[in-house]
Amino acid sequence: MPERIATEGIIRHVAEIIIGELKLEDITPDTFNPDMDLVDELGIDSMDLATIALVLQDEYKIVIDEDDYPKLKTVRFICEYIEEKLTAKH
Amino acid sequence: MNTISSLLNEDWHERYRRIANLNIRSSIYDLTNRCNLRCKGCFFFSSGEHIVTEEMDIEKWEHFIDKEKARGVNLAILIGGEPTLCMDRLEAFYKRLPTYCATNGLIKLSRDKFPDMMVGISLWGGGEDEKVLRGKDTFAVSSKNYEGDPYAYYLYTVTPRQVGKIEPVIKRIADVGLKVHLQLLSNDESVDGFYWRQGELDDLRLEMDEMLDHYPQTIISSKYYHEVITTGMMLGRRFGWQECPSVTESLDTRKPPVRRLIHFYRWAADLKTIHRCCTSATRDCSTCKDGAAHMSWIMVNKREHMNTTRDMQNWTEVYEMFAKLYRLIPW
Ligand code: SF4
Ligand code: SF4
Repeated sequence: MPERIATEGIIRHVAEIIIGELKLEDITPDTFNPDMDLVDELGIDSMDLATIALVLQDEYKIVIDEDDYPKLKTVRFICEYIEEKLTAKH
Repeated sequence: MNTISSLLNEDWHERYRRIANLNIRSSIYDLTNRCNLRCKGCFFFSSGEHIVTEEMDIEKWEHFIDKEKARGVNLAILIGGEPTLCMDRLEAFYKRLPTYCATNGLIKLSRDKFPDMMVGISLWGGGEDEKVLRGKDTFAVSSKNYEGDPYAYYLYTVTPRQVGKIEPVIKRIADVGLKVHLQLLSNDESVDGFYWRQGELDDLRLEMDEMLDHYPQTIISSKYYHEVITTGMMLGRRFGWQECPSVTESLDTRKPPVRRLIHFYRWAADLKTIHRCCTSATRDCSTCKDGAAHMSWIMVNKREHMNTTRDMQNWTEVYEMFAKLYRLIPW
């Protein structure tokens, strides 16, 4: 699969997870800006992040260290983080 | 969907940014079972939480604190008993973690040894109330010990008898160059004359708001916090066990899970026993007035405050209040 398509797939899936877990209204994976700052704009906190991280860990079979939470600032950063973890596994 | 920038103008958004990434992971430690006072209504002694075998080996404390740090704790809140009776343990915490010491102020902490350790000095009202409830007017001693100290403030527990009379107390505090944070007595030992009666809390809320307007440099507080602690209500929800954020993590079996302080524990002085919450396990949650638990309740419900600009400003002010109490942001 071309890399860009794979990345877009992860971005979309992460957006879906965030919308679902945080029960966000009036937003869809298509309208979710992957560069929106999750803390500074969406108002998520470390408990939200922990919830999202749990689902991501399950879905992608990766381990997300709590110390890494500050890196997960946007959907795009989360996607890059997942890709790095997946690459390291192979 | 509301976003922070759709709710807050640039000034407020900047204030939000200062606190939004603090990621505080606090836990509470009973530093000792002993105290140089025995206040009527002290939850620690009335609940029997002091009945554990205190760990006396300082190396065990040091090892324990290192483990707590590794667990992710980045703010140690030391209570007791009276923490200043154990300076070596205080020092062990202070050398390893940002540390806050809750004291009755009768023993002076050396600022040579603990230059910037935050100190919260308990005060249970004016001189007469203090004599009735604590056996002495502690202010007379603590105000001398901490006059003008930039890292100390009073934690004023307002009692029902204080309604209509808090201004002189605040003035005394202002006069010794200290700041004050307000909270409410929960009357854990059912002391006669110290029950909250209908209407008193409404009056007190107005009085606290007025004091905040008159003494903004002295009082570290917010009107929304006053509303929530006096009504026990936030966004139409009632405070209590099902809402409390300050429950020790491993004892928290509530279903569905509650928004709470991540990794919060309260440890006894044997370094093994854990207590249910930030205050006594014998306290009735439905009447609990614990100020810190109410403050945290607001803080962990950030997105719930993203409905209106006013709600989000209220949330920001309460988080700022918390951050100031630990000097995570300047006063
Ligand atoms: S000073 Fe604090 S710990 Fe000591 S008896 Fe009074 S309330 Fe309890
Ligand atoms: S007593 Fe208060 S602080 Fe403790 S669990 Fe109940 S509501 Fe929370």
